[in-house]
Amino acid sequence: MNKIFKILMPVLALLSTTSISAAQEASSLDAQINAGFASATGWFVNFIFAPFPGTSFPWIVMWLVIAASIFSLYFVFIQFRLFGHAISLVKGDYSDPDDAGEVSHFQALATALSGTVGLGNIAGVAVAVGIGGPGATFWMILAGLLGMASKFTECTLGVKYRNEYEDGTVSGGPMYYISKGFTERGLPGGKFLAILFSVFCILGALGGGNMFQANQAHAQIAGIVGDYPGWITGLIFAGVVFAVIVGGIKSIANVTEKIVPFMGILYVGAALVILIMNADQIGWAFGQIFEGAFTGLGIAGGFVGALIQGFKRAAFSNEAGVGSAAIAHSAVRTKEPVTEGVVSLLEPFIDTVVICTMTALVIIITGQLTINPETGNYIVEGGKIVTATGVSGVALTSAAFESAFDWFPYVLAVAVVLFAFSTMLSWSYYGLKAWTYMFGESKGAELTFKIIFCVFVVIGAAASLGPVIDFSDAAIFAMAVVNITGLYFLMPIVKRELNSYMARLKSGEIKKFSDQAGKSAAE
Amino acid sequence: MSATLIVGLDGTESGNRALAYAKKLANLIGGCELLVVYVIEWSPYTFQTAEENSQRHKRREEETKMAMERIIDPAVTSLKADGLNARGIVRHGDVAELIDKVAVEEKAEQIIVARSSEGGFVKRVFGTATANLVMHASVPVTVVG
Repeated sequence: MNKIFKILMPVLALLSTTSISAAQEASSLDAQINAGFASATGWFVNFIFAPFPGTSFPWIVMWLVIAASIFSLYFVFIQFRLFGHAISLVKGDYSDPDDAGEVSHFQALATALSGTVGLGNIAGVAVAVGIGGPGATFWMILAGLLGMASKFTECTLGVKYRNEYEDGTVSGGPMYYISKGFTERGLPGGKFLAILFSVFCILGALGGGNMFQANQAHAQIAGIVGDYPGWITGLIFAGVVFAVIVGGIKSIANVTEKIVPFMGILYVGAALVILIMNADQIGWAFGQIFEGAFTGLGIAGGFVGALIQGFKRAAFSNEAGVGSAAIAHSAVRTKEPVTEGVVSLLEPFIDTVVICTMTALVIIITGQLTINPETGNYIVEGGKIVTATGVSGVALTSAAFESAFDWFPYVLAVAVVLFAFSTMLSWSYYGLKAWTYMFGESKGAELTFKIIFCVFVVIGAAASLGPVIDFSDAAIFAMAVVNITGLYFLMPIVKRELNSYMARLKSGEIKKFSDQAGKSAAE
Repeated sequence: MSATLIVGLDGTESGNRALAYAKKLANLIGGCELLVVYVIEWSPYTFQTAEENSQRHKRREEETKMAMERIIDPAVTSLKADGLNARGIVRHGDVAELIDKVAVEEKAEQIIVARSSEGGFVKRVFGTATANLVMHASVPVTVVG
């Protein structure tokens, strides 16, 4: 803790003494960074979010949903068939006691979740229902359920084709399974796709995994202490991230990793209390969600608008099909890659089906979205639903919770900053793995990426939200283009693994270790 | 048939007292085997960063090697020097649970551990490994003060 205070004290002193002229200079620096960033990334964003010709539907969203649907059908709705088995695996029922001390299924799942649960669940959902109306929630849940099959596919491959080095460390992820899997199947282009994925992964790590997080964290802090230049928050965050990823100060990471799950539980708990307090309105809220899903209830773009927002925000929140989770899950100790795939399918469920839905319900139930009493439709201005407090994004979620607990915005602000920091740490690792895939696993290569990552923290905090959020979405979705292409070619391998695993599970060859212990004790 | 005594060590001075008592007991009984156990506290339900996960296997090997070199080997060497039959193992997991489990697996006569070295907040909230072992052990436990 002393180390944190030593870092924070000079910074707080700096904040309190920053003069007006310095602030003005800083604002112009922010504006310059922002303008330069927007012009440099615009073409990329436009390409990724280009609509289908003649429609307003971004092709990339359809790409993710079609893939998730295909995987769901190909693996015969594995997300429902093996849901119970996934929980059993996380509980450790099938874990070999001799592997104690290795990464458990629970730990791999928790680590991957700490990378995905965060702003997508708080800000993303508010954006989705703020533009797409309550109906967006329906499509978000559907996308979450389908996305479970995508996660299963990529995480199984992540473990199967990971690199295990002589020193005992592991590296895995789409770049490894695409190159190795394609070679195994005699397909050309594996190496090219793997490198392309790595490039997008680095951009995604610097965008959604870094700049977007820094940006939103700054917005939260500025909302509490008053407006001040973004680069100051950027420098503080960059300093702390640097201390962890370069300086190896594990205590900061450890504290964060312990507080984040607590914050997650507190968030879900508060949402549950609000829902219980308004239990009589839950039926109405679900009515709005279903009705809005197919009619739009007056929102811009009708039900298609709700659908686009729901699918888009679900994908951004749970990252199913993006390939990032495959990097996180590949460290688990298991002889059966399928088991980690099965565990990973819980991730979109927890992230999207549970947490995102709760956020949406709280926003709807607390009456944040204004309704025209005459038509029963939502009041829309400038493509967005007019909110009770006139805010959007994190502020909308905050206002919804504040209507029940007036102290909650402070807790939420702390949660957002911690979620942002935890997501940054996760993505610094994903980006690093992509970087070392391309440039080799050397200390020099690692340090170069880590320093670049820290520089982008400052840029992210200083830039305005528009260009940053666009670029963040675009870079992460670009990863999905390559990853899903690879998954289509490699899914027969996953099917083979799954069939073999299921046959052995059914025959009793694979069984719970608690059963085995019980049997040997009886003998 | 020789009796097996389990000696649980925690890497502190109090562990040495348990070891000294086990030596004395083994000499009194005669012809028994001493199994020195060191458990590295570990839970599968903790939260770790992705980087820690990727290095976990390596760290586990290092932890086991270090525990062997610094705690188990010196203890076993000292027991053997006194002409006793001894060996040692290192495990990861819950201390009380694993020492008991090893005792059951090895069909041990009794477990010898030192008085707890934990204190303060941890002791108040979670109790101590020794207290937990005494409460749940499947074989007799001697706690050395």
